[in-house]
Amino acid sequence: MQWETVIGLEVHTQLTTKSKIFSGASTAFGAEPNSQACQVDIALPGVLPVLNKGAVERAIKFGLAVGAKLNRVNVFARKNYFYPDLPKGYQISQFELPIVEGGSLTIQVGDQEKVVRLTRAHLEEDAGKSLHEDFHGMTGIDLNRAGTPLLEIVSEPDMCSAAEAVAYAKALHSLVTWIGTCDGNMQEGSFRCDANVSVRRPGEPLGTRREIKNLNSFRFLEQAINYEVRWQIEQIEDGHKIQQATVLFDPDSGETRMMRTKEDAHDYRYFPDPDLLPVKLDEDWIEAIRAGLPELPQARQLRYQAEFGLSAYDAAALTGTRALSDYFEAVAAALAKADPKLAANWVMGELSAALNKAELDIAGSPIPAAKLATLLGRIQDGTLSGKLARQVFEVMWTEGGEVDAIIEARGLKQMSDSGEVERIIDEVLAANPKSVEEFRSGKDKAFNALVGQVMKATRGKANPAQVNDLLKAKLAG
Amino acid sequence: MITYKPLSYKVYIPMSLTLADVQRIAHLARIRVSEGEAEQTRNQLNGIFDLIAEMQAVDTAGIAPMAHARDVFQRLRADEVTETDRRAAYQAVAPQTEAGLYLVPQVIE
Repeated sequence: MQWETVIGLEVHTQLTTKSKIFSGASTAFGAEPNSQACQVDIALPGVLPVLNKGAVERAIKFGLAVGAKLNRVNVFARKNYFYPDLPKGYQISQFELPIVEGGSLTIQVGDQEKVVRLTRAHLEEDAGKSLHEDFHGMTGIDLNRAGTPLLEIVSEPDMCSAAEAVAYAKALHSLVTWIGTCDGNMQEGSFRCDANVSVRRPGEPLGTRREIKNLNSFRFLEQAINYEVRWQIEQIEDGHKIQQATVLFDPDSGETRMMRTKEDAHDYRYFPDPDLLPVKLDEDWIEAIRAGLPELPQARQLRYQAEFGLSAYDAAALTGTRALSDYFEAVAAALAKADPKLAANWVMGELSAALNKAELDIAGSPIPAAKLATLLGRIQDGTLSGKLARQVFEVMWTEGGEVDAIIEARGLKQMSDSGEVERIIDEVLAANPKSVEEFRSGKDKAFNALVGQVMKATRGKANPAQVNDLLKAKLAG
Repeated sequence: MITYKPLSYKVYIPMSLTLADVQRIAHLARIRVSEGEAEQTRNQLNGIFDLIAEMQAVDTAGIAPMAHARDVFQRLRADEVTETDRRAAYQAVAPQTEAGLYLVPQVIE
């Protein structure tokens, strides 16, 4: 039996403001419990929320980056529910008139491109944290996170596999960190995904969905969706109906389990918050933010292909994060002889491999872009072969130091003195009469063996092209 | 004037509430009401709904709804940290605290 999977994502991105969305308390992570929860955050009677301009600005920035409609007038609403980490008894969110509507994100799945439509993105405040460890049968509440600004980004149900959902989440993560609206730190909960998942037989109307809450890694997102899809298909094939429900993913068991069904789902009784006036976005403000937007990943990918002649795959890999992309551009720009492909190969190859191995991101690279460019310059001017350059790279990575000093100190310079190379070739020819004989009787393989011997005798420092030429000339003569 | 389409706020308001409606609203608001109180509340709420019905009878065709009673816009605050740590003062009046946390009855979901 054929099944189709339908997935939509809701992603809570924590905005990078210094202070909270409705109060002047700090949003810094990791502070002493409740030391950053002021009278507004703990909802003392009589306090009033005052909206943070920085939060609105980031929402506008995001809306512009995804080509969405910005609601010039948008409204905050109260979402009512009772939970101890929500001191007011309601969350201030946006309901009918969110700040951002529509827009889209292009994702890359394998070598396929796909456009995922966005429904909306709205501003809201985060709740506090409940600590369920035993405090004599009580629950501990830390309200430092209460009031932290979030932009909840809701997609259309345009994804049809866990792989697509992950590709979307990664593209979104890359974008919000690229434009600086969110720091993207998933361990600290700055980027949290909820996945709405349903299955159906091809051509049939949408199936009943279940919502998997609070997935804070791409791996969990993928595992949770795959498990949920299998579970739903089994249920239906066993003759059961799917009930609309909210579920949690347990990383230890790899299973999803029910949190609540629709029957006891919340009735949030949204209504416009009388404490907050509608928010108006001025055209001048929007245009100023638009002018300040950086070149976006999608635009850079196209430019890398057009200007640098890189493949779509390479262009996508190099724009995975803005820091990586900026690094690549700095290397490419610093090369004396323009060769973006050489820069791309080294950034994606040697450098990325070393970063992965050391579990570092580009910001933590011990080799700055200028230094890598110097190294590549030594390949370009013939001082180093690719192999020798990798040795210099290795030294720079582990011990540091300047490119030329390392080449000098370790004697890694490629031999350019053709007299010296010729002398070694003569020695090799004299020592390997059998190979010479074989080559002369038409065995091309023997030539490669001789090149290998010369390279070995020079400890890899001869220029392979030069060795080829000289050897050919000698054997012909 | 703010123009926006009211969608879900525009709920169907029944001419009169049943006791079950009152109990449901009370449950959502986490207010315990006795049967006698429910009866009294129902009458009061129905009185309010009569008023609303009167207002709803007014022809508002072509008039854009307002999101707020005052036709002005929100003023924004600069993104600056202006609050200091006053946890000790706030926790002095809290029923129970420990290790800097506010303690509440356990919530099992």
